[in-house]
Amino acid sequence: METFFFMIVAAVAVLASILVITCKNPINSALSLILTFFCLATLYVTLDAPFMAAIQVLVYAGAIMVLIVFVIMLLNVRTESGRRSSHSVLFGSLIGLFTLFQLFYLFNRSSLTGQKGTIDSALINKVGHTELIGKALYTDFLLPFEVTSILLLVAIIGAVVLTKKKI
Amino acid sequence: MVSLHSYLILSAILFSIGTIGVLIRRNAIVIFMCVEMMLNSVNLTFIALSKHLGNVDGQIFVFFVMTVAAAEAAVGLALMIAFYKNRESIDVEDVKLMKL
Amino acid sequence: MSPIALDIAIHLAKIALIFFVVLTLAAYLVFAERRILAWIQDRKGPNRVGPFGLLQPLADLIKLLTKEDFRPAGADKWLFYLAPAMAAIPAILTFAVIPFGAPLQLFGREVPLQVADLNVGLLFFLALSSIAVYGVALGGWASNSKYALLGSIRGLAQLISYELSMGLSLVPTVMLAGSLRLSDIVGAQEGIWFIVYQPLAFAIFLISIAAECKRIPFDIPEAEGELVAGFHTEYSGMRFGLFFVGEYINIIVLGGLATTFFLGGWHGPWLPPFAWFSVKTLAFAFFFIWMRGTLPRLRYDQLMHLGWKVLTPLALVNILVTGWILMLR
Repeated sequence: METFFFMIVAAVAVLASILVITCKNPINSALSLILTFFCLATLYVTLDAPFMAAIQVLVYAGAIMVLIVFVIMLLNVRTESGRRSSHSVLFGSLIGLFTLFQLFYLFNRSSLTGQKGTIDSALINKVGHTELIGKALYTDFLLPFEVTSILLLVAIIGAVVLTKKKI
Repeated sequence: MVSLHSYLILSAILFSIGTIGVLIRRNAIVIFMCVEMMLNSVNLTFIALSKHLGNVDGQIFVFFVMTVAAAEAAVGLALMIAFYKNRESIDVEDVKLMKL
Repeated sequence: MSPIALDIAIHLAKIALIFFVVLTLAAYLVFAERRILAWIQDRKGPNRVGPFGLLQPLADLIKLLTKEDFRPAGADKWLFYLAPAMAAIPAILTFAVIPFGAPLQLFGREVPLQVADLNVGLLFFLALSSIAVYGVALGGWASNSKYALLGSIRGLAQLISYELSMGLSLVPTVMLAGSLRLSDIVGAQEGIWFIVYQPLAFAIFLISIAAECKRIPFDIPEAEGELVAGFHTEYSGMRFGLFFVGEYINIIVLGGLATTFFLGGWHGPWLPPFAWFSVKTLAFAFFFIWMRGTLPRLRYDQLMHLGWKVLTPLALVNILVTGWILMLR
């Protein structure tokens, strides 16, 4: 049952991601990408990470893609001027396939050596996923967490500087 | 029970499709979306491995990847709007002169 | 019946109940709005169909269903058909996490009156409300009309801006309840409602949800005077009906959420829990209609000023102060 469900979701995700790179109209690409994000969010739920699934929809589908759709609408780009020349399509696809092959090779050859932790689905159901993430985020990863806030501040300033005519 | 391997393979496929998209498309916004897709495939790997290893550290990394993606979206789209004001186009082929 | 089959049956019954009640209520809210607005403006309102005009929603439905389903030339066919559904579905999906009554004792087991008690219930609501933006965006984009496009660009900017203050105003309630689970938030308000501790957050939330519903002081995306009907200018028949009903479902759902977060959910003396929840939710619906009858429309720059320079900083300060007080306690 679970495998069957995984297969369906994975197939939809792959199909939607192929649509992202083949659709002529950028807004259709954006919608297919949103579908891919939703599929990944369902997979996160099956991987016992409901908080991550919610954040995935909230940040990617709800914020980043909305911004992209907003820019597409603002610039009113309805159709694309076409793909690149045919040999760049050929080389691009070859490089992509090569990456895929390489990754497969790596997965088959390598084995996981990391230490097993103590968190399993029983604990997640008992304590709650949000609580576990929050605890890790505000203890072990406090410094990186604070640094991300600086990153966001820099991004805000950068966006304002880039789009304002006179500062 | 779905094995860890299937999640990794799915993420590899998504990553490669993203790579192909970045290489073959001309529209800067679509290229941007393909980059987001590649980041997402990496997120899937992080979460699958974090479940496999029984540790939430991988998921914290996903959190940071999302922050970076959000910052990237803000700055990248601002760049595109600035470029569109100059050139009336968002084709990457048009970004080849180092002057206005 | 085996336990699993009983479980599924109970869940399906709850879902069917919510669909039936929310859709009927949305239809009657349209009627109530017309009657109340008429009363405010000293008119009679629709009173011809049935006793007191009570069958008016049915007549409206028949009218919408029999109208021609028109699609403008040059419109993007699939997106044009998809957009109304994307406006209505997230609104009703949000109801899945709202606890609308105290747990019942049925067939010797405890049945919570809530479809899914998610650990991340509040984030589920925020995620769905950010998905609802796409209905507005795609509707205007796919119509291939300048009024619709302008309306949907305005709508997008407005919804994104007010989502921020809405999300930030909910943070203090989470801090007080110590959980993102909606049933826990309701449980924490058994004694004193959060509106007592958090009047400012409540005010910010109320203004933000009015903007999220695109109701009158904030109805810039569909301002009749300037944009014909905004993002749904080109829609007719039942597709327009879906946008319209979606808006009223949104009012009910957001009213229910405001009840859950600040007015103690289904808690209350004398009346049964379900009745309390309904009364509070409908009070919010009445408030929105009243606001529509009273206030003029904001200008676009005033709207953005209010959202970004007043509500968001206030919400942030409110979080900070709540944090201090909770730490000192």
